[in-house]
Amino acid sequence: MGTVPSALKHCLSYQHLLKEQLWIGEPAAPSPALHPGQEFQISGLPDYVKIVEVGPRDGLQNEKVTVPTDIKVELINRLSKAGLSVIEATSFVSSKWVPQMADHTEVMRRIERHPGVQYPVLTPNLQGFHSAIAAGATEVSVFGAASESFNKMNINCSIEESIEKFEEVTKLARNMNIPVRGYVSCALGCPYEGNIIPAKVVEVSKQLYSMGCYEISLGDTIGVGTPGSMKRMLEAVMKEIPVSALAVLFHDTYGQALANILTAIQMGVGVVDSAVAGLGGCPYAKGATGNVATEDVLYMLNGLGINTGVNLYKVMETGNFICTALNKKTNSKVAQASFNV
Amino acid sequence: MVAAKRALPWLAASLRPISSTAAGSLPKQVKIVEVGPRDGLQNEKNIVPTQVKIRLINMLSETGLPVIEATSFVSPKWVPQMADHTEVLQGIQKFPGVSYPVLTPNLKGFQAAVAAGAKEVSIFGAASELFTKKNINCSIEESLQRFSEVMHAAGEASIPVRGYVSCVLGCPYEGKIAPAKVAEVSKKMYSMGCYEISLGDTIGVGTPGSMKEMLSAVMKEVPVRALAVHCHDTYGQALANTLVALQMGVSVVDSSVAGLGGCPYAQGASGNVATEDLLYMLHGLGIHTGVDPQKLMEAGVFICKALNRRTSSKVVQASSRL
Repeated sequence: MGTVPSALKHCLSYQHLLKEQLWIGEPAAPSPALHPGQEFQISGLPDYVKIVEVGPRDGLQNEKVTVPTDIKVELINRLSKAGLSVIEATSFVSSKWVPQMADHTEVMRRIERHPGVQYPVLTPNLQGFHSAIAAGATEVSVFGAASESFNKMNINCSIEESIEKFEEVTKLARNMNIPVRGYVSCALGCPYEGNIIPAKVVEVSKQLYSMGCYEISLGDTIGVGTPGSMKRMLEAVMKEIPVSALAVLFHDTYGQALANILTAIQMGVGVVDSAVAGLGGCPYAKGATGNVATEDVLYMLNGLGINTGVNLYKVMETGNFICTALNKKTNSKVAQASFNV
Repeated sequence: MVAAKRALPWLAASLRPISSTAAGSLPKQVKIVEVGPRDGLQNEKNIVPTQVKIRLINMLSETGLPVIEATSFVSPKWVPQMADHTEVLQGIQKFPGVSYPVLTPNLKGFQAAVAAGAKEVSIFGAASELFTKKNINCSIEESLQRFSEVMHAAGEASIPVRGYVSCVLGCPYEGKIAPAKVAEVSKKMYSMGCYEISLGDTIGVGTPGSMKEMLSAVMKEVPVRALAVHCHDTYGQALANTLVALQMGVSVVDSSVAGLGGCPYAQGASGNVATEDLLYMLHGLGIHTGVDPQKLMEAGVFICKALNRRTSSKVVQASSRL
């Protein structure tokens, strides 16, 4: 930039600026400026991307402060009103392991269930599944990993043993017509093993998909992936699982998340996981960020003319709410640029 | 910095070459233009002593960066942070093969720069009339006339000139900017003799969609090998926008060590994209840059300490223990 202007206060207010450019507010129609016939990759993008909001579970679980039940319920209700169609609500795991999610039953029972919105919950085993159903859950998730060491450190068993546990859950879920979403952690790197070969990711994804998971979310758990490694992994997985059943969960620990998401959607992926305000740090890199912020993802998708059904402004307000409650600064750049610090 | 070594396995492992595929063939190498010492420091709240600036630039020279924007020959009345321009340019070590361009907004600045030993200069245009008016109190046409004086003198002295176009994806005063306007200004600056045109998303509002639209228009008038992108990360879009530019054939990218330089239009928001984060992405894509990430991180750590601020680079945040 050249010299700094003196008349800053005559700048357009951020609301005017963003609204005018359709970067926020109601989802935009596909940009008329995209001329047909142009060879560039952007024209191959999906018309619609589903956002899976993981803030209330993955986000809050990885925050230092444990949040009171009231706040959790309010957060989820606000997210429902923002137009999100999937909001990961809580986790039915032993409170000994994850104290932040100890109030899972209460949260599940107290949230407003908006029509057309799914509220999946984590169920690592049969016991968790039973509790979840008793509390009113109508969709569950199981978390696998592409790394043996990660599995051992996390849930003290091998990949194979964990798959067996998940099979018990998916079998019962199928009988009860409860959809199950599968997650594969460490899809692009493991904090213990380092590099993860795509073939391993394919193997675990395939197992989860064959046992009945309707969607597989591929997670870059420590955020080390780049568009290059991400592409190689996705190409391998797409040979075995239809792209319509794939989602991506990129962490922004190394600032690569949006570039990775862009590449994934260029390859046909139509589901993206993210967390409001980028909640949830990285347990493997102290002080580093974790989940990519939903606001920043929305900003990019809106700018690309991709429909999401989500109101960016309402998500920003929700982010503001939860950050105030957590007494922390937002990890969303869009929010940082928009609200006066 | 012991903890930073933990990051290295990732950086090394990500250096696998990638074959060109459906996601677009990317350039095999990218030239990074480091704007930290000028654009970065100019937009930091704290003023940095001359010796610190010199040390920073020397450290950056050691990383392998091919171009380092050193300072700005503009009146200290306007930009006090760059008042020591002559001392900086004369004090730095000039590494062979590295360019140290300086900003020269007018003939006077150009003459002072050459007298101080400058071998390359830059001029700053904009795609927005209002922005130009607020910034340098004239119209785009008038600013181009001023530049032509610099271009003429530079031509006589065989000094290459790099042209910047600000507000290519949005203006803090005008809002939306038409791609045709960006193409028009870029074309004029290129025809005047600028060897390269750096297209700047000055307020970081662009997204891959608007980037593509703008670049398509500009590429009709200026060959892609003469184009660079200068994306701000104010809305977190910089790397995604840069990736799209690379997919379209751009192979020169501007960035700032540690993401120095906030945004004067959005208080508390970030500005330039961090060179460390850009490098991480490029190396992960198997693209050659010639830059040593470890040495770069060290330069970033140094300047952040001197400025008493936290780095804006996510790679560095993830690598150091806090």
